[in-house]
Amino acid sequence: MSRQSNRTTDSKKMNSELFTLTYGALVTQLCKDYENDEEVNKQLDKMGYNIGVRLIEDFLARSSVGRCQDFRETADVIAKVAFKMYLGITPSVTNWSPAGDEFSLILESNPLVDFVELPDNHNSLVYSNLLCGVLRGALEMVQMAVDVKFAQDSLRGDNVTEIRMKFIKRIEENLPAGDE
Amino acid sequence: MADEALFQFLHNEVIQYIYKSAEYGEMENGRCITKLENMGFRVGQGLIERFTKDTARFKDELDVMKFICKDFWTSVFKKQIDNLRTNHQGIYVLQDNKFRLLTQLSAGKQYLEHAPKYLAFTCGLVRGGLSNLGVKSIVTAEVSVMPACKFQVMIQKM
Repeated sequence: MSRQSNRTTDSKKMNSELFTLTYGALVTQLCKDYENDEEVNKQLDKMGYNIGVRLIEDFLARSSVGRCQDFRETADVIAKVAFKMYLGITPSVTNWSPAGDEFSLILESNPLVDFVELPDNHNSLVYSNLLCGVLRGALEMVQMAVDVKFAQDSLRGDNVTEIRMKFIKRIEENLPAGDE
Repeated sequence: MADEALFQFLHNEVIQYIYKSAEYGEMENGRCITKLENMGFRVGQGLIERFTKDTARFKDELDVMKFICKDFWTSVFKKQIDNLRTNHQGIYVLQDNKFRLLTQLSAGKQYLEHAPKYLAFTCGLVRGGLSNLGVKSIVTAEVSVMPACKFQVMIQKM
């Protein structure tokens, strides 16, 4: 069996599908364990947070990005470096608030929702909520408290997926508060 | 495309979640392992469907196992299975000397009692993959010194 030519692209695609399918299995399990969608959303956010606080170290070790000077730079790094590195997509950064403390990430495609359809009885499920937790956890580890939520979701009929990020405050350097 | 580090993070978080909601005790441990294995099963079924879309038909059982050891393992874990043994009567042992999901855990005997948690999902993955290739099996894993581990596949005659 020597079909070497398309093997490398195949294996990259498979890796993405492994993650997507595993995420799907996780959400399914959560829906089974919790009766209502709000609980599932909260769990996804919490799990995302736990992943985020570890992911940031992996990110900083592998990218040669230095300290960001301001929130705009942070937004660019998230969209152009982090999303590219981990999910292979580059969302666009738009809709800056006048004060410069809030922006939107617009994702044309969301790898997490490949092969996914939401059934009718899960209308308030934010399927990709893990992403919000990851962003929140990762930024907290670099001293930024942010609020992250989905403004638009392609799974629920919108054209694009939009993540809204708001800067809350700078976290003073002190001892870690304790685990989730 | 999604990075492999992402899968490892997610996998570890899934394990944490499954175990957090369980109380301590032998019974609960078994239940958690089963849950993880079932998740892996479903993922394995889906993955193998996507992966073998354009592959030629497999000649026999051994061909299927070789595919799992080479192509499937390479795609999922970036390396091949190091050693495949069989008794030609339906039992296969797949040995991975540096299993990627264990390398971060320990390099020896520390945390050995926790190793099964990190293998359950993969056992399901293999079982699911085989299932959608028409092979019914039972997959178990054993570890004595991390990060090496052995997956034992017992083919069930339908």
